[in-house]
Amino acid sequence: MTKPLVILEKVQKHFGDFIAVKEINLEINEGEFLAIMGPSGCGKTTTLRMLSGLEEPTIGEVRMNGQVMNKVKPHERDTPLVWQSLALFPFLSVIENVEFGLKMRGVDKLERKKRALEWLEKLDILEFSERDISTLSGGQKQRVALARSLVLEPKILLLDEPLSALDAHLVIRMQAVLVQLQRELGITFVYVTHSQSEAFAMADRVVIMGNGEIAQVGTPKDIYRSPQNKFVAEFVGRNNILTGIVSDVKKTKAKIETGSGVFSVVLEKNSLKKGEQASFVISADLVHLSTSEPKTDNTVYCKLISEEFVGSMVTLFLEDQNNHEFKVQMQERELSKFELKPGSKIWLSWSLKNTHLLEVN
Amino acid sequence: MNSNRIFNIALGAYVGAIFVFVFAPIVFSVVFSFNSQRFPTIPLGSFSTEWYVKILNDPDIWKAALNSLIVSSSTAVIATVLGFCTAYSDFRYNFRFKGPYIALILLPPTIPLIIMALAMLAWLSKLGISGQLWSVVIAHSVLTAPFAMAIIRLRLNQMDPDLESASWNLGGSEWATMRYVIIPFCKPAIISGLCLAAAVSFDEFAVSWFVSGLNKTLPVVILEIVQGNIDPQVNAIGTFVFFTSMTLVILAQIFFVQRQIKSTKS
Repeated sequence: MTKPLVILEKVQKHFGDFIAVKEINLEINEGEFLAIMGPSGCGKTTTLRMLSGLEEPTIGEVRMNGQVMNKVKPHERDTPLVWQSLALFPFLSVIENVEFGLKMRGVDKLERKKRALEWLEKLDILEFSERDISTLSGGQKQRVALARSLVLEPKILLLDEPLSALDAHLVIRMQAVLVQLQRELGITFVYVTHSQSEAFAMADRVVIMGNGEIAQVGTPKDIYRSPQNKFVAEFVGRNNILTGIVSDVKKTKAKIETGSGVFSVVLEKNSLKKGEQASFVISADLVHLSTSEPKTDNTVYCKLISEEFVGSMVTLFLEDQNNHEFKVQMQERELSKFELKPGSKIWLSWSLKNTHLLEVN
Repeated sequence: MNSNRIFNIALGAYVGAIFVFVFAPIVFSVVFSFNSQRFPTIPLGSFSTEWYVKILNDPDIWKAALNSLIVSSSTAVIATVLGFCTAYSDFRYNFRFKGPYIALILLPPTIPLIIMALAMLAWLSKLGISGQLWSVVIAHSVLTAPFAMAIIRLRLNQMDPDLESASWNLGGSEWATMRYVIIPFCKPAIISGLCLAAAVSFDEFAVSWFVSGLNKTLPVVILEIVQGNIDPQVNAIGTFVFFTSMTLVILAQIFFVQRQIKSTKS
């Protein structure tokens, strides 16, 4: 099950003086849904293009099924890609688009048509088979693009932000379609996106990239609850990050003196020395509000700056007396008890076990 | 509001005047080609196809028309192939001196025809290949390739660059991609390029006159007739040349514009 299908070993990609990918070591397993996520310019698309052969690594090796792929041309590989722009051929009909890859592989006409129709049916777009691409809606085009790649029955499907052009409600629908397809076919999906919600909703494992390097690899939950470093914590968002000097170290916890006060942090496998600088995070949804000062450690007195509604969830943006920003996320109906207005003052607190120390970087 | 309306009327009149200025001589030529009188005077004589019958029975004109046909169709093919290759190299590759390369290719139509014609004559006769039908083809190809290139380049600029990569990604080699993706995508522009190059070549006079030698093309024959005497035959041939060129240009427009509408919808 967890046999690596693709191995990237010390892979770098340079464009002249610009280094798009600094050094990547990554194993992609057979049958997994892997998302590569990062801000624009982090090298995620370049990594995907190296998997498809559209770019050749400057240094390092890409291996698939144990075979070194560096010099293998794109058309000699079986790594179909679903493009951000979809890149459907506008001069061909829907079915001709789906047949294209089979035609290039020399599959005869009848067989081609049969297999294309099968996939059009599987993706629920059979009725459009003879239509012009330009007459389809965004969601339908998306399905054509998927069918065009999947008809080749590859072991691995590469997807480059395929949902970024769709409306929000369609994105959710297509996410379900993609996950179901991936489970059914049992093939590897490598999905590049800048959207956290897409990556976390679909992927078995998420790779976070920044500045051409891998910042963290893990399950969505790992990355959300235990970001390894500041970059991941900031990118994932909705995290409160505090930085300070270690003032006391005990066996299982340490005290860190920050601009917002002295806080206790759980020590997991990290070792801290007194006087060192350290950062830790508390997820915004694990912070409690109270109108009177709580009789515990880890409290901050804050002023409410603004609120942001997303459905039934509310994110509060607050500041302490040093203007350090804190974020709190909670259900709208819980919040209504507090009757807060911008400018209101309130106590924040969190329990020791929800603190998470970041690696120094 | 009111001044705006006056301005619009003035603009309309101005555009109308331009059209009259451009097309009146042609309309006159067409009208007089069906006039029975020898001299182009008003009032007109009776309707007559005499001049058309006359040119149809003139073997010299038949020969010239055939020459023009051969020259314009060969030129169209050569110019479009050259234009396509240049446009594609511009689309696909980045290289040093790309700016000057494109500028150089676009240059021929900006050179005064008479200078171009003299230069062509001097050059081709140095090489000992002037006075042939295909020397006209060479000269016309140089002259018309930029038109074909400009149209095809415009079309390529509308292409999502991912289309080419998508074809490779789906297993198409570079040649297969050229055949099944690039050329089909450019087809409307290629057809327009062919029509336009043929049209320009078909009624080009200066270069043909210098280079063609004894293998005269239609415009050259027209001049010779006019030089000899006043003969309404010229109007008849002129009408024929005009409608041929216009048909080609309109075809070029139809192919290019229709496709554009279609691709902007997608």
